[in-house]
Amino acid sequence: MSNEFQQEPAQPDDIQASEVMNDDQRATFLPMTRRETLGLGTFLTASAFLPMPSWAQQNTTLGTSPTRWEPGTTTRIATRVNGVPVNINIDTRASLLDMLRERLELVGAKKGCDHGQCGACTVHVDGRRVVSCLTLAAKVDGHEVTTVEGLSDGEILHPMQQAFIDHDALQCGYCTPGQIMAGIACVNEGNAMSPELIREYMSGNICRCGAYVGIVRAIEDAAREMGES
Amino acid sequence: MQSITYTCTDTPEAALAAFSNAGEGARFIAGGTTLYDLMKLGIETPAHIIDVSDIDGFDAIETEGDTLRIGAMARMADVAVHPVIRDEYPVLAESLLKAASQQIRNMAMVGGNLLQRTRCIYFRNGAGGISPCNKREPGSGCAAIGGLDRGQALLGASSACTAVFPGDWPVALIALGASVDVLGLNGRRTIPVAELYRLPGDTPHIEFSLTSDEIVTAITVPKWPARRSTYHKIRDRESYAFALVSAAVVLEMQGNTVLQARVALGGVASIPWRATEAETALVGHPLTRTRALAAGRAAFANARPGQHNAFKLTLGPEVIADALMIAAKRIA
Repeated sequence: MSNEFQQEPAQPDDIQASEVMNDDQRATFLPMTRRETLGLGTFLTASAFLPMPSWAQQNTTLGTSPTRWEPGTTTRIATRVNGVPVNINIDTRASLLDMLRERLELVGAKKGCDHGQCGACTVHVDGRRVVSCLTLAAKVDGHEVTTVEGLSDGEILHPMQQAFIDHDALQCGYCTPGQIMAGIACVNEGNAMSPELIREYMSGNICRCGAYVGIVRAIEDAAREMGES
Repeated sequence: MQSITYTCTDTPEAALAAFSNAGEGARFIAGGTTLYDLMKLGIETPAHIIDVSDIDGFDAIETEGDTLRIGAMARMADVAVHPVIRDEYPVLAESLLKAASQQIRNMAMVGGNLLQRTRCIYFRNGAGGISPCNKREPGSGCAAIGGLDRGQALLGASSACTAVFPGDWPVALIALGASVDVLGLNGRRTIPVAELYRLPGDTPHIEFSLTSDEIVTAITVPKWPARRSTYHKIRDRESYAFALVSAAVVLEMQGNTVLQARVALGGVASIPWRATEAETALVGHPLTRTRALAAGRAAFANARPGQHNAFKLTLGPEVIADALMIAAKRIA
């Protein structure tokens, strides 16, 4: 489990990045996220033409917005994400993917097709791989979620992450978090015993760059490593 | 997507009570892989969702006695690797393993899978889309007829709808003569899987013979020798795709002579399609590739192709013939 996460139970309406990763930890780890950089870029572009409102000058902590307002009917769910207790009110229509990305700022799982066809959003629920885009967030109440952010032990990567680097198993990297989560499950299920089996059981993860050769080798390699650990 | 309420229930009584209390627009949800997908497209518009996936005991698989009883809330991935199903009913295990991806098989349940809705591109084009669809909006017309119909039905279609039933598991189940146990506000009933599905006719929007208050609680398969069986599925890519043509076959043989044959088809018909003509062409005869292909052709004798799917008149019989030869080689 990543020690970047706070260990104490989160408060109700725990929705901010600060509860998942506190600001000091994040400042050390990553001074500014890609999303913040993009958001800031938009803001600076806009601010060149518009008078800067006073709230913007005062708000120096990016990524920590006020309590999120959910637009529809909400439901309260209690879950654990990467070992961290999460207890939030969430729109009943929300997917697990949107909960992870938009509420918990865990943007590893990617929104590719949003219809269960590409596998980029693959995460584990109770240790089993699922597509988080077709999982209602409400369904993970009482269950355990693991995302790509929960794999490494600090600086030490999970064998599957290391194998993807070693085998150049990606080009653009967009599908990679899903591939890695699916790959780990594939090994744990016992479906990584041959390249043929890996190809069959990884068919739910599409790589538009076509890095499949590297992906299969990475999973074979990681399977050996995971068997030994 | 319109706002919804969500209720998770853990007993069948609580699920039915929640359904009654919710009123208009209530729907049961299990794995949700079809319903939630279609909600995102604006095609399904439930107001209240009642989750039945956690009902205690509804995921049990019982292999004692003279029927195989599979709880409707058992996950596709789990049923596929159950030792009895894998060893004694290869047609069932293969139909599950060749469906969807492992991620989706971990979510989707074998009861809900029976009620999967069509992948017709015009149906999925969305509510308010430019393509009319009688299934989505009754009376609006069918854009698939005379349109891009490569994926449309050759069997069972009507002048109102040519959408294909996309599933695999129900095709295997009808080959084995399986039934479903159903629970609703009016009590329990048991119906053959084949009778779950309605031909489109003039009412393609009515797809299933269940009422909205009914939950599939279990699938029962009569026990009979099914080791000589297979689910053969041909797709545009080797894995994770819907069937172009699929055939579920179960053979009972004495030497090389066919005593009993069950053949059902996927990917080509409006509903999971039992090909009795193929069965008749086989029973009492020695099984050769020629005989198998003739049986395959018999299955498509009444097929009505459109502009882009006539290739299935050739592919279909070959798939059936290959399936029969694969099953026949298996040791009973």
